[in-house]
Amino acid sequence: MPGSIKDKVAIIGMGCTRFGELWDKGPSDLIVEAVNEAYADAGVEEKDIEAVWVGTLFSGFGGRSVSEPLRMQYKPVTRVENACGSGTEAVRGASYAIAAGIHDVCLAVGFEKLKDAGLSGVPGMQNRTNTHYEQTMPGIFAIMATRYFDRYSLSPEDGKTMLAKISVKSHHNGFLNPKAHLRRELTVEQVLNAPIIAWPLGLFDCCGVSDGAAAAVVTRADMAKKFRPDPVYIKALQICTSPTSGRLTTDYDYTHVEEAYRAGIAAYAEAGVNNPRKEISMAEVHDCFSITEAVTMEDLQFSPRGRVREDIEAGVFNLDGELPVQPDGGLKCFGHPIGASGIRMLYELYLQLQGRADKRQIKDPKLGLTHNMGNEPYAPTVSVAIVGL
Amino acid sequence: MAKAGISSYGAYIPWHRMDRGLFANAWGGFAIPGEKAIANYDEDSVTMAVAAAMDCLSGLDAHKVDGLFFASTTSPYKEKQCSAIMALTLDLRRDARTADITTSLRSGTTAMGLALDSIRAGTAESVLVTASDSRLAAPGGMLEQTLGDGAAAVLLGNEDVIAEITDSYSISDDLAGTWRSYEDTFVRSWEERMVLDEGYLKILPETMAGLMKKCGLGPKDFARVVFDPPGDLRRHGRVAAGLGFEPSQVQDPLNLFMKVGITGAAMAPMMLIAALEEAKPGERILFACFGNGADAFALEVTEAVEKIGERRGLKGCLDSKRMLDNYQTYLRWRDLVPQEAARRPEKQHISLSAVWRERRVILGLWGIKCRRCGTPQYDNGAMSTTPIRVCAVCQAQDDFDDYCFARRKGTVFSYTQDRLAAVVDPPASVVLVDFEGGGRAFFDLTDRDPDELEVGMPVEMTFRKVHFDRGLSNYFWKAKPAR
Repeated sequence: MPGSIKDKVAIIGMGCTRFGELWDKGPSDLIVEAVNEAYADAGVEEKDIEAVWVGTLFSGFGGRSVSEPLRMQYKPVTRVENACGSGTEAVRGASYAIAAGIHDVCLAVGFEKLKDAGLSGVPGMQNRTNTHYEQTMPGIFAIMATRYFDRYSLSPEDGKTMLAKISVKSHHNGFLNPKAHLRRELTVEQVLNAPIIAWPLGLFDCCGVSDGAAAAVVTRADMAKKFRPDPVYIKALQICTSPTSGRLTTDYDYTHVEEAYRAGIAAYAEAGVNNPRKEISMAEVHDCFSITEAVTMEDLQFSPRGRVREDIEAGVFNLDGELPVQPDGGLKCFGHPIGASGIRMLYELYLQLQGRADKRQIKDPKLGLTHNMGNEPYAPTVSVAIVGL
Repeated sequence: MAKAGISSYGAYIPWHRMDRGLFANAWGGFAIPGEKAIANYDEDSVTMAVAAAMDCLSGLDAHKVDGLFFASTTSPYKEKQCSAIMALTLDLRRDARTADITTSLRSGTTAMGLALDSIRAGTAESVLVTASDSRLAAPGGMLEQTLGDGAAAVLLGNEDVIAEITDSYSISDDLAGTWRSYEDTFVRSWEERMVLDEGYLKILPETMAGLMKKCGLGPKDFARVVFDPPGDLRRHGRVAAGLGFEPSQVQDPLNLFMKVGITGAAMAPMMLIAALEEAKPGERILFACFGNGADAFALEVTEAVEKIGERRGLKGCLDSKRMLDNYQTYLRWRDLVPQEAARRPEKQHISLSAVWRERRVILGLWGIKCRRCGTPQYDNGAMSTTPIRVCAVCQAQDDFDDYCFARRKGTVFSYTQDRLAAVVDPPASVVLVDFEGGGRAFFDLTDRDPDELEVGMPVEMTFRKVHFDRGLSNYFWKAKPAR
């Protein structure tokens, strides 16, 4: 009988840098700033931290990637990596250590310094034989959009318009967020007229490539109120990893992400959520591309299969909608410093639950969900976390 | 002397062509009429030879082939055997004898002669000979307009012979009208008038006459005379007339010249294939090739010529084409001008050990078919997943049969046109291919018009050069629209 994380771990402090092309900031600037904010928010100091987990994909190796900039004094520090889901993986490591009764106060940090690479986009995956097809991340998700349009008989215009509305919504939210990378309102026409990056995805279907860091201090649920009156409790923390069969066999439809669906089911069960559409107040999902957000709405059972378009049209996921998604702008506008993103998602839900989200404040949220996805649609590790008061 | 001859043939002409006027537009001067065939940026003499060889082996058992010769003046290697690459690609037996016959414009016919000797001596029953060239001329010259790219393949053997080779004759001569040293990128040439007058117009007739004398035949005994032309086609007719052939007997090089160009070591063999495509049983063909001397062969077409199986042949690729409409693309594909690098990660160095370990997977497009659930699978390599040890469907471990995808047809399940990817011919058309009979994999799509790509499009597999690093050409397979 598997155990449950529900209500065993609380988040008592969080920090997050502004995300963006931070040419004048190095990794240590980002880490120190995010961790200082989290410490101050929790009312703790480094001496209170018993163990640390850090998530980064490209920007550091080993525990030293965070102990070194902070000159942490002989703490147990573990670097974790689960592709774009590395941030959530750091929270998971820290939370499980608390839930296991090994530690009382732990720190999770995620960071990435992408913009020192001098590249467009993020580095791709290559194999040692160089026989891989020409893969970029926009391309590999564009293939999902092509398939989605074909399967549900959407013309390129209708399909792209559906996706454009996702980006317009996220840009509206990001515009309201002082820490977001891309702060600019967009119209559907602007999205549709943007240059194509990987057909059918255009520039504004793609998330920001950003530098940034985020951090969370977690503790035992029964200790949380010693630190603050409004801790945020972890209700579910599930991940699901792909056998990566979908690129070898013809069974995979490439219009959904099975791992997201399964992680969602597991998280709902852990949190005791029966009707996600009604019970989840808000969600931060891994909208690396507009199409990813679209299928994720279906994978997480917010929308019926093949019918997310109706909910997008109806404004369900808008800030003032029935189930606001990406209230902080999402990867799309807040940006995507890979290792930081999972923790950045939690940061927004944490602020929202505490009523600290300023112009983006959602009325009286109860449960928030994060969906953090690493690797391609046919090969991901997807984590779904649910938090609440 | 055992009966030996040609038992199968195949050809390949690149899909891309250029009007010769584009070269004259770029540099001024005279435009020679017609078009020339241009190897795509991912093609070279090895990939074209593979395409011709696959055509030649259509419907035949590759394991019965005892030898493979790769003939070319444009081998990508000074030191490394291309026929060994091709043997893996074509799934020949490990003990098939391989050799590269290079440096002469008659290396194709020289290879045919050597193969024939081997069959007659009884050391081989069938030998596959490929002749392939992609010669580079310096921008701005006439050679840039006349040279074209292409490949031919003939299977020589003593079974199911469609054209018996009854005799052969060769002479060697030091006169080379064109040459390249180890330092040369482009073909060099001497004054054409001297080369034609003292070489082509003397050595070729001498060889052909020598052959006729050797086998006691005269011009009237041959239904066809087939030999390669120089850039000045009039000299071709003059050689034939000088030997006493009527124009109606001559395999006219004009069609190939106007649509493809002079294809180096592949030129004469390609013309021979054109002749065989029209040949009738009982006809005699005199076949010759010029280059540092000349080779000549007497052929006699058999009844089997009418029963040869389906293949693309020369006919099938002559008119399947896409016209390039600008010279800059040509410069880019041949890497003749430095270009701004895309702001994308550079490709990694090739790992020789990884490529060698997976040589059948990479060069032969071999996957597996699970013995338990019957699902064919091909994995062209994520970071850590090759070779396949566990079935993607039923998780059976190491319980597989080998399964080759090289000749499998497929359809496009989904695709993208990627403008971010750093490729020579953007956008990167990436397709997810579902194979007939099962199996799915991502491939780059080549020889495509980006506008024609759609879900459900039929594709076939083609062997290409995908990377060049520290002197190593990295060959692999791509998809291309079925034509």
